[in-house]
Amino acid sequence: MNLEDLLRDKGEWLRSTGPHADIVMSSRIRLARNLAKYPFSHWASKKEQQEILAMVKDAIGSSKKMKTALCLDIGKLDSIDRQFLVERHLMSKEHSMDSESKGLCISDREVISIMINEEDHLRMQVMRSGFDLKDAWHIIDTLDDEVSNLLLYAYSPDFGYLTACPTNAGTGIRASVMLHLPSLVMTKQIGKVLQAITKLSLTARGLYGEGTEASGNFFQISNQVSLGHREEDIMDNIERIIKQIIDHEQSAREVLLSQNRAVLEDRIFRAYGTLRSAHIITSSETIDLLSLVRLGVDLNLIKSVDRALINELFIITQPAHLQKIEKKRLNPNERDIKRADIVRNKLVQNHD
Amino acid sequence: MLCDICAKAQATVHLTEIIDDKMTELHLCEECAQKKGAQMESHFGLADLLAGLADLGGQFATTKKETKIKCVRCGLTYEDFKKVGRLGCGECYTAFKEGLLPLLKRIHGSTQHYGKSPKKLAKLPKVLKSPKAAKEKKEGLQELKDRLQQAIQKEEFEEAAKLRDMIREMEKKNKK
Repeated sequence: MNLEDLLRDKGEWLRSTGPHADIVMSSRIRLARNLAKYPFSHWASKKEQQEILAMVKDAIGSSKKMKTALCLDIGKLDSIDRQFLVERHLMSKEHSMDSESKGLCISDREVISIMINEEDHLRMQVMRSGFDLKDAWHIIDTLDDEVSNLLLYAYSPDFGYLTACPTNAGTGIRASVMLHLPSLVMTKQIGKVLQAITKLSLTARGLYGEGTEASGNFFQISNQVSLGHREEDIMDNIERIIKQIIDHEQSAREVLLSQNRAVLEDRIFRAYGTLRSAHIITSSETIDLLSLVRLGVDLNLIKSVDRALINELFIITQPAHLQKIEKKRLNPNERDIKRADIVRNKLVQNHD
Repeated sequence: MLCDICAKAQATVHLTEIIDDKMTELHLCEECAQKKGAQMESHFGLADLLAGLADLGGQFATTKKETKIKCVRCGLTYEDFKKVGRLGCGECYTAFKEGLLPLLKRIHGSTQHYGKSPKKLAKLPKVLKSPKAAKEKKEGLQELKDRLQQAIQKEEFEEAAKLRDMIREMEKKNKK
């Protein structure tokens, strides 16, 4: 497996399967782990960082789940490839910068990815399509057990898994759910929802995690607390709240359909029309319009487009993806033309 | 990125708004966002955390001498931690326990881990081997704690680490 294979295959989580796939794009769980014998990555010497990288890679390579994984040295990748991996949610933006002694291992179908020497020695994540934290937990729990037999983790009975930042200590778990909430945004209820969840010790972020803005009506909601509660309880808490948000979005969709149908249809089909006709389009316009088309597909107003295709378009219209597809560097203007090209072709082709 | 309204402070709150069929993006600083009624005041970012860390150490980090407390294992000082918001190694959790406890309490609402533990655990040092020490455990515990405080204040960290382990061991045995 190499990067070009990733480009050809769709990641598992984009398939738009799984529970509530109309509103929940994906479920993700990550665990932060560190080796007991070494300083945390930022405080380790170059030599230690190299040792950590080699040890972790070794352990991952001999685990059952990651035997056939693609392992990359981030430092050996060019800037487009790095950006490409960030766009696919396989690694953080932080991991793509200052890339010395950093590694990334990706399993088949992009279900598991492990960042080595990010903020913590290991950041393991599992991504699933739809609302399925339990399945994600099952996979990552087994992987974690396997790795912990091979590597000695930094752990204390008091503070649990010891992490570089105290915000991740304890279970080291972050469970996040990517929600598409266009109707709550349109009906101006989203502020209330976001305010409520922060009171329940959850946090909302944009499409690409910490510090990113909410675009395309996507909100990534995750737990803030990792110490003092069992993993299962942390997930139960977030699941309960997400279920309520799904209900709210669903009823907002019904309200829009029954009370504002013409306006809603107009916006959705104008968006669809623009995407099918435009010859130059920016990334942010694409995301906003795709969000509306996705809503149109969810509401069965647009019948000829598969939701999985919309999910795919969100990813492949990003700058690094376009350049990987074209196999050369493109300036922003060239990208806007290529982007419109791809979207137009995919949507028109898809149409019966 | 600067705030769209005041154009002075860093924008930390990002909003997508839809007004009359038009989506607009707003990048606001905390203050303007609050004024705008954006209802996002408890938005939690790294900047908040770092700003918060400065006063969260409480009494622990009030004097110059105390901020110099150093982790014996990796050499990180408490002051380093306050600056970067990252600890240096697993042992730092013990070295800076006094300062970390209120911080963890504030972040997580708890200071005690529940949940899974690794399959393979490091062996804990067996400090309390002599029967004499075990006999004295009840009256000895408070004394040990006092000695630990003194050791921390005097920056005698090896001594402090030993005492800490003894206290932990003793408390564990007392529970049984």
